[in-house]
Amino acid sequence: MNWSNIFTIYRKELTDQLRDRRTLISVIVIPTFVMPLIVFGMGKVMSGVMKRAEAEVPSVAIIGGADSPGVVAELKKSPKFKIVATPEDWKERIGDKKLRLAIGLPEKFEAGLAAGAAPAVKIFHFQNDLNSGIAARAAEDFFKDLRDRTVTARLVERGLPKEIVRPFEFARENVAPPEKVGGSVFGGFVPYLVIILCFTGAMYPAMDLTAGEKERGTMETLLCAPTARVDIVMGKFLMVLTGSLSAMGLALLSMGITAMAGGAIMMGGSGATTQLGAAAKTSAASMGTIDPVGLLGVLAMTLPVAVLFSALQFTVALFAKSYKEAQSYIGPMVIVVLMPAMVGMLPGIDLNAKLALVPLLNLSLVCKEMLSGVWHWNYIAIIFGSSCLYAAVALALAVRMFKREDVIFRA
Amino acid sequence: MIEARNLTKTFRDKKRGEIRATDDVSFLVAPGQIYGLLGANGAGKTTTLRMLATLLTPTSGSAALAGFDVAREPEKVRANVGFLAASTALYGRLTAREMITYFGRLNGMADPAIKARIKQLSAELDMDEFLDRRCDKFSTGMKQKTSIARTLVHDPAVMIFDEPTLGLDVMTARAIVKFVRDCKGRGKTVIYSTHVMSEVEKLCDTVGIIHGGKLLAEGTLPELRTRYAEQDMEEIFVKAAGVEEAA
Repeated sequence: MNWSNIFTIYRKELTDQLRDRRTLISVIVIPTFVMPLIVFGMGKVMSGVMKRAEAEVPSVAIIGGADSPGVVAELKKSPKFKIVATPEDWKERIGDKKLRLAIGLPEKFEAGLAAGAAPAVKIFHFQNDLNSGIAARAAEDFFKDLRDRTVTARLVERGLPKEIVRPFEFARENVAPPEKVGGSVFGGFVPYLVIILCFTGAMYPAMDLTAGEKERGTMETLLCAPTARVDIVMGKFLMVLTGSLSAMGLALLSMGITAMAGGAIMMGGSGATTQLGAAAKTSAASMGTIDPVGLLGVLAMTLPVAVLFSALQFTVALFAKSYKEAQSYIGPMVIVVLMPAMVGMLPGIDLNAKLALVPLLNLSLVCKEMLSGVWHWNYIAIIFGSSCLYAAVALALAVRMFKREDVIFRA
Repeated sequence: MIEARNLTKTFRDKKRGEIRATDDVSFLVAPGQIYGLLGANGAGKTTTLRMLATLLTPTSGSAALAGFDVAREPEKVRANVGFLAASTALYGRLTAREMITYFGRLNGMADPAIKARIKQLSAELDMDEFLDRRCDKFSTGMKQKTSIARTLVHDPAVMIFDEPTLGLDVMTARAIVKFVRDCKGRGKTVIYSTHVMSEVEKLCDTVGIIHGGKLLAEGTLPELRTRYAEQDMEEIFVKAAGVEEAA
């Protein structure tokens, strides 16, 4: 191999690719801006939706309750509900989102309570509808409060202390270090994103530098130069690898910055009192504490996989006669890559000796472990070694394909 | 010097089986000579020239260019060859200067030497005006001039032209013909493939008529005119191909 020629080819390809809009979009723009867009854009939309849903006073119908004026009056007095006249078709109206909720008070509810009976109140809602759900939680809170007050009144009546029904308190407390918490939150997601971006980052340079060149007639021009075929492959391959690694690196950088800056925006306005707001707050705090050693481990483990992706896509695209044909070959490969990466995200699937040999799934699982602070060195060695082997085979295949006349001059 | 000895190239096609693109083609081109390879589309011209430029490996036979064997020393052959074809395009996103520099570097030239060479070629080909513009914005004439500069940057001893005027307008085609003649004037060994009879008459010292992968006739223009008793090149071509068919 002549490294001077390889560098000359690489430098030219880099200049060329930096002037190609498609490559810039897939390698720089999407990886850099996709996370901020998801977090800021989606966060803003979600917080807006939550804000509106929480600000709304839901319209609620009461079914029955003629013999329970006290409870009905309390419901009407509550600022959390707008009690409306009960329409005949209240079920359809809930389905049509014209009515958020209906509360079914059983016959002689108040009388039953006074007599010590336990009549059941029904809350009719629209399952999985955000506004109806918020209204249902408010109604549950209302009746829990009424139940507590009833219990307290009965205890007082019998001369018993109210603590009798709540003899002790309990609380959860996290003892895992912040980086492990961060790892468990993002351990599945980060490798998934890294694998996808590694693949898509290599996609456009691979197609442009092979099928694109064949289609434009520049491949034949290049082959006229007194350069060994292996040097041409290496120069071009290094450019494809640069695309892959750049997409991954920019995405990780962008994710880090977004994690630190994005939490507050995502929570913005919806308030930490809501579950979503609290979750966002936790996410933001955890992301900032991802173990940097774990992240470095992810980068190191991804390197041979990036080589594998680059070499494979280079080889497949080289076989195509045109850019369009290359797209039709490489497009479906995304699904093949996505599947093991997605399986790795699933909870309950842990790394073992067999899975350590399955390409991509092994990377996804080991990265999840490393980000959670778990280092199984035997598996890490197997995965790194097997990934390097797969990558070397793919690269050798790329060189072999490039030397084939029927591939280069395929008409 | 170009020496082609019994060059044969076969391709395998799933539907048509084995295809013999060139069959036992032999010829010799001396320095300062233009050898015209005349043939219809699919006659085997491009395959022959690609084998000479080491883009394809001969199935059998051999060839040597500037003293280097195409099979044993392909890189040395390419270092001594300038290959210009209708199918050799330019990198659209590079400027003409970047394009020529790239090929200068791949030919092992140092940057100061490339710079000096670009200055010289730019003056000769009148390229100053567009030297730093991107190739994808070029007119056909500008593209051809840049391609010529690309083939000449390393000052090769052998020039291979594969239908270089294909699809060009009259003025650009004339410029190419003039350039080929200049190459001869500089003592380069030139092989020129075409199916345009008038170009052969204007340019070539020796003509080889290729048809169905076989070199059917070869000689200087006066020799061919005498042999086939025809003045018109087209008639000579038809007769040469016909002779083979009758045989």
